[in-house]
Amino acid sequence: MSAHEAADETVDGNRRDFLYIATGMVGVVGAASVAWPFIDQMQPDASTLALAQVEVDVSSVQKGASLTVKWRGKPVVIRYRTDKELEEGKTVKLSDLKDPIARNANLPSDAPATDANRTVPKREAWLVMVEVCTHLGCIPLGEQGEFGGWFCPCHGSQYDTAGRIRKGPAPENMAIPKYEFTSETVVRVG
Amino acid sequence: MSGMQHSTYTPKSGIGRWVDARMPLPRLMYDSFVAYPVPRNLNYAYTFGGILSLMLVLQILTGVVLAMHYAANSDLAFNSVEGIMRDVNNGWLLRYMHSTGASFFFIAVYIHMFRGLYYGSYKAPRELLWILGCIIYLLMMATAFMGYVLPWGQMSFWGATVITGFFSAIPLVGDWIQQLLIGGFAVGNPTLNRFFSLHYLLPFMIAGVVVLHIWALHVAGQTNPTGIEVKSKTDTVPFSPHATVKDGFAMIVFLFIFAYFIFYIPNFLGHADNFVEANPLKTPSEIVPEWYFLPFYAILRAITFNIGPINSKLGGVLVMFGSIVLLFIVPWLDTSKIRSAVYRPWYKLFFWIFIADVVMLGWVGAKPPEGIYPMLALLGAIWYYAHFLIILPVLGLIETPRRMPNSITEAVLEKNGGSAHPAGAAAAPQTKG
Repeated sequence: MSAHEAADETVDGNRRDFLYIATGMVGVVGAASVAWPFIDQMQPDASTLALAQVEVDVSSVQKGASLTVKWRGKPVVIRYRTDKELEEGKTVKLSDLKDPIARNANLPSDAPATDANRTVPKREAWLVMVEVCTHLGCIPLGEQGEFGGWFCPCHGSQYDTAGRIRKGPAPENMAIPKYEFTSETVVRVG
Repeated sequence: MSGMQHSTYTPKSGIGRWVDARMPLPRLMYDSFVAYPVPRNLNYAYTFGGILSLMLVLQILTGVVLAMHYAANSDLAFNSVEGIMRDVNNGWLLRYMHSTGASFFFIAVYIHMFRGLYYGSYKAPRELLWILGCIIYLLMMATAFMGYVLPWGQMSFWGATVITGFFSAIPLVGDWIQQLLIGGFAVGNPTLNRFFSLHYLLPFMIAGVVVLHIWALHVAGQTNPTGIEVKSKTDTVPFSPHATVKDGFAMIVFLFIFAYFIFYIPNFLGHADNFVEANPLKTPSEIVPEWYFLPFYAILRAITFNIGPINSKLGGVLVMFGSIVLLFIVPWLDTSKIRSAVYRPWYKLFFWIFIADVVMLGWVGAKPPEGIYPMLALLGAIWYYAHFLIILPVLGLIETPRRMPNSITEAVLEKNGGSAHPAGAAAAPQTKG
């Protein structure tokens, strides 16, 4: 009788251990898989992602003028730069730049931030840029600041005529989105 | 103190005894707010805990009512708030109570926190009490920030853009976290919806932490202006009527000032740009947060240069969050065994310099980031850090404290001229009653 009882206890102990570990494991996996939808629902939804491309007619933009369009909820400035602005952009030495990388989605990610690399080939006078300060997302004011480019009123970042950060707390040059001139007068952003 | 104390509650009626045997909530209330012993020398700086509880209740009350008239949709939000102001019966009053109430909530919490710093309320055994308070303060900041976004004015929108932008400074996962917070590539309708949901949720979480805060308070007992622990029964008075009356009087005075702001200058602490509907394509000429965030905003803007591998953006965000983290560890930064600044001549001086520094940072935070202001912000931020990381630890080691009374009772009697000789003071309480 006593031998029988001892055997029962051993069996019960194993069963309890097994149940304990199995329940714990299934519980953890279950909790993690339930947590994911709760996190995932916060990501940009399908309607937000759908606004991925815009086409813009730039035939009316004269030298020294710019146009702002909304792309993915952000403003994209399309600026036909003056010869003076272009010249100022070209004369800057790379060593004077706070961020020496082009940040141009049309180029490799390590391309240097020369003036030409901030545009696409043959359209160097056109600057197409996400007009959002890389500091905390304000919209800088154009044709202002010490470098004749952009000045961010929020925290005082200053950009040059090619939208490169020169002074202030912003860490990076303003982003150049993927874009191409589909004809002489039409730009497709995105 | 009361945690260890024997309950003196005796239910008088049959129903009282019936409830007491089953769920002794009346006993808990009686022990916590009637018989609970408080130090006899509490001054008006100690009334802000009660005032804060009142403000939390007021904010929840007005907020629940405002939510009945508000539309959390980026096309409708701005107009629905105007509708509350013009069409809803007494809507203007309820909204101004809520918006001005947020400011007064922060006025009260800052006095409450500075009182804690002045009298050393955070020292053992009240470290957890202090940390719970810091958590409440963080939750308050999150709630206030999200509430400010709801009217969907220009400042709402750009404030949300800037503050969610903090998270994009985190290396590698920053952009993903930012998109998770705002539900898109820029602040928009999804952002407004989730902020409304969370703005409604967080006050109840605050209420939960407040319960823990009061629980911790009632285990350790209240501090007092002398910083000396309660030693005998003559050191304390019962919560009712003494503290109830004092708290009540302070609340009424506070509410008078609050009412003056609501009725005469309801927008004094607000910003004119928030009367313009949010425009994602145009940043206002200057962005400033609500006044209660200005010192931290100045610290954020103070870092305009890269520090080694840390770029200026991440640096600013780290320094700003760090300035709040410092508050959490104050109990371990202050090495002095003396609690109250009353007996610490040097700490008292540096405390007031610290207040001046924070006020200066607040003033700089409201100014445009040009000229001398970035430099002032940097100096202010350095002093802020030095106060916690250098002055607090070093002062405790080198400062000679003033002579301290033996007990709260002795301190009170000395102040009232009841006894000129400290030696005789121990006997004084019995004779003076």
